[in-house]
Amino acid sequence: MIRFLISRIVQGVFVIAMVLTIAFALSNMIPGGPFVKERNASPEAVAAQRAYYGVDKPWYEQLRLHFVHYATLDLPESYHYKGRGVDEIIASGFPVSAAVGIPALLIALALGLPIGAFAALRPNTLEDRGSTLAASLGICMPSMVLGPVLALVFGLKLRWFNASGWFDSADWVLPALTLGIIYTAYITRLTRGSLRETLAQEFIRTARAKGAGETSVVFLHAMKLAILPVLNYLGPIAATLLTGSFIVETIYQLPGLGQFFVTAAINKDHSLAIAISVFYAALIVVFNIVVDILQAMLNPRIRLHA
Amino acid sequence: MSSAVTNQGISPTRAAWRRLIRSRLNVWALGFLVVLVLLCALGPFFSPYDQAQQDLNLKAAGASASHWLGTDPLGRDMLTRILHGGRVSLEVGLLATAVASIIGVVYGMVAGLAGGRADAVMMRVVDILFAFPFVNFVILLMVIVGREFWLIFVAIGAVEWLTMARVVRGQVLALKNLEFIIAARASGAGFWHIAWKHLLPNVMGPVIIYASLTVPGVMLLEAALSFLGLGIQPPDASWGVLIQEGASSMETYPWLLLYPGLFFSATLLALNTLGDGLRDAFDPKSMAQHG
Repeated sequence: MIRFLISRIVQGVFVIAMVLTIAFALSNMIPGGPFVKERNASPEAVAAQRAYYGVDKPWYEQLRLHFVHYATLDLPESYHYKGRGVDEIIASGFPVSAAVGIPALLIALALGLPIGAFAALRPNTLEDRGSTLAASLGICMPSMVLGPVLALVFGLKLRWFNASGWFDSADWVLPALTLGIIYTAYITRLTRGSLRETLAQEFIRTARAKGAGETSVVFLHAMKLAILPVLNYLGPIAATLLTGSFIVETIYQLPGLGQFFVTAAINKDHSLAIAISVFYAALIVVFNIVVDILQAMLNPRIRLHA
Repeated sequence: MSSAVTNQGISPTRAAWRRLIRSRLNVWALGFLVVLVLLCALGPFFSPYDQAQQDLNLKAAGASASHWLGTDPLGRDMLTRILHGGRVSLEVGLLATAVASIIGVVYGMVAGLAGGRADAVMMRVVDILFAFPFVNFVILLMVIVGREFWLIFVAIGAVEWLTMARVVRGQVLALKNLEFIIAARASGAGFWHIAWKHLLPNVMGPVIIYASLTVPGVMLLEAALSFLGLGIQPPDASWGVLIQEGASSMETYPWLLLYPGLFFSATLLALNTLGDGLRDAFDPKSMAQHG
């Protein structure tokens, strides 16, 4: 266990270093570069700014400085939001993304797991077909269609919620629903497929043969195994949801991390674009380790090895 | 086995095709896609309008005899724009999937055939790449390449090959110790000859299945990029562009969002249905899981 953790953490640090390097390389390939198009700026002022942020140095020196910043957890300043550290911006955007992402994840789990299990227990009945069809429809309803439709119906027509913005305490509802409905569809499909496969296995027949009740067979024996693919899927998805969906945050004009990343990429705010990529990678690494540990706890046949 | 009756076996591909069209849902999905592809490919030639042609007297008008799906705020014919946008979206979907499939097949085949340490390292690389925040990279890439249409599918294809590599490598591992491969090797066939002549035909089934499931994902990514203003650039249109334009004026002209949204969702539904159908048809064992 300890060896597993250490090796995964080492691997995670390697992933984060790679992501930092790639994000740095990509940012620096954006034509123009930071501080080139500052309005009404004299060449001297531009040069002073470039010197202040260190972008006048050769690329390997800049990359080294980035690594030093992250290794010492003393993150650089944003190139665009002058005087604000990138950690400060992430700290302001992440709660917004999380306030949407966590309810979306809970909606998806609270609906997807029971609906999927319900369908798996009644294969090829009308209920099964209905929920499978609903799940297929959910998967085919992209957020850029579903989001505006929900905003139009519940925001602009019924006026139950704000159609966009981040002002009211209820502004998380529509974006969370948009994301939640889509992921509900995926989780329903995964749960159904996985539970049906598990129920066909021999240990289930054994459990039934020794007289275990149907509830206990499904929930104690089968679900424990059937949930593994769902967990596997949840690792990266949880990270995506927590760091904000680029589309949903754009539709609802939320000041979350996804929005900050897109504007940082367009504004040539390299330090912020790199920081958000690194933050995202770190979350994925952490969630994947958590998922691996949970899987080993649920399935005695999985051993954690380095 | 019915071969005794017909005195003639049927090839696995034929059997899979029969299983595929046994489901009416699959036939509908296939039919829809064929009609859609024909409409998108040929429709713009028959339309009396150009997709970018404006009629400012009309502004955003509802459906009429001369404009079957109405016009947008610049007086452009919506049906023409949707078909043109569909062509762009389908092109991106197919070409990006082709790029991803080629990378994935070559990578997976080399890893599986090489085996041993090379295989272990190559698959570790895939594991590590799975933890990368690829959408962030694609967004940065799109800012770099800007308005270059052809780079969109290279960029998307370059990040969507990972699962394909795993699928192909798994197939190759299962195949490479079978007798016909050992026989080929014994008679002096080289690495690439075995890969190209003997393995490739045998991994095509799973490759086609997985590719068909990749197309809708790629189309969604393209639409997302265009929606964010980073993909296809107006006045050119893809479904992502049209949905974005529709969403920005949906309060006054809801049909501008509705029509392209319906076309896009129906296409995704058909592609997903067909992909699932193909998987079940090629792998009857998976029926228990998904059927």
